[in-house]
Amino acid sequence: MSARFATGARVQVRRIFPPGHVRTPHYLRGHAGVVDSILGHYANPEELAYGRDGLPRRALYRVRFRQAELWPGYGGAQDDSVVADIYEHWLEPLEEVQA
Amino acid sequence: MTAHHPHDHPHPHQPDLEDRPYDHHQLMAEAVGELLIEKGVFTAEDLRRTIEAIDARSPADGARLVARAWRDPAYRSRLLADVNAAAAELGVDAGAIPIRALENTTRLHNLVVCTLCSCYPRGLLGLPPDWYKERAYRSRAVREPRAVLAELGTPIPDDVEIRVHDSTADLRYIVLPLQPGGTDRLDEAALAALVTRDCLIGTALPQAPQR
Repeated sequence: MSARFATGARVQVRRIFPPGHVRTPHYLRGHAGVVDSILGHYANPEELAYGRDGLPRRALYRVRFRQAELWPGYGGAQDDSVVADIYEHWLEPLEEVQA
Repeated sequence: MTAHHPHDHPHPHQPDLEDRPYDHHQLMAEAVGELLIEKGVFTAEDLRRTIEAIDARSPADGARLVARAWRDPAYRSRLLADVNAAAAELGVDAGAIPIRALENTTRLHNLVVCTLCSCYPRGLLGLPPDWYKERAYRSRAVREPRAVLAELGTPIPDDVEIRVHDSTADLRYIVLPLQPGGTDRLDEAALAALVTRDCLIGTALPQAPQR
């Protein structure tokens, strides 16, 4: 199966707030990060939570964010980061967002 | 039974947790469990055995993997590629959920949290500590990890990057800590004894034994 984003790609988490069971933390929505690695394809938990089959499977990425960009006044070191596992349908390429 | 003192006086009543009414989720869990047994999906013995198997998992198994990786570079590579397969090599069944190992270096410290709920590598380490599931850790580990680590007695120098891993989805994570200095002569079992549960979460660092 193919993945839309390559390792190293700049991506942005969609800033949307759908109801129901979602696995994308609020604090990351709308923020830019870099694809750290591609974890494979997994059934969509937003469907599985309601007894459906979760198909088609979604590409799952490890996306790395800079702490200093996530939190105003972050008190730690400049290089500190957060890595989260985000499904492809929650990500958009950064260029499209900026256009 | 009454050898200590005569029982002609009342003792203060200390309530049990069960004295509270069942809440909605407890009731639902009981009801669904009973229904699945009643309908023959699994037996009461299956349920009991599964709970027993979950409770039998222990951070000591994770520690064995780390100790082997410290002593065997080839095993270390296999552990970093696939924790479940590396565990199986040592006779440990880490379950079906894929687990990855996060390698600490002199420039990088890894910390694991699940901000959404309590995702944890239960298949390898067993049940998480209570604080791992509490809101204070879940919110602060990602917002001010250095303060959290300092409060836990594990201050991290500013020239070491802290990388917080929010296990939000289908994988689970353990930390592969650095081997403490002065422990080269220890055998694998002695090394494993240095690797506590918190070292595998990233809230502590293995310490060399006191001389």
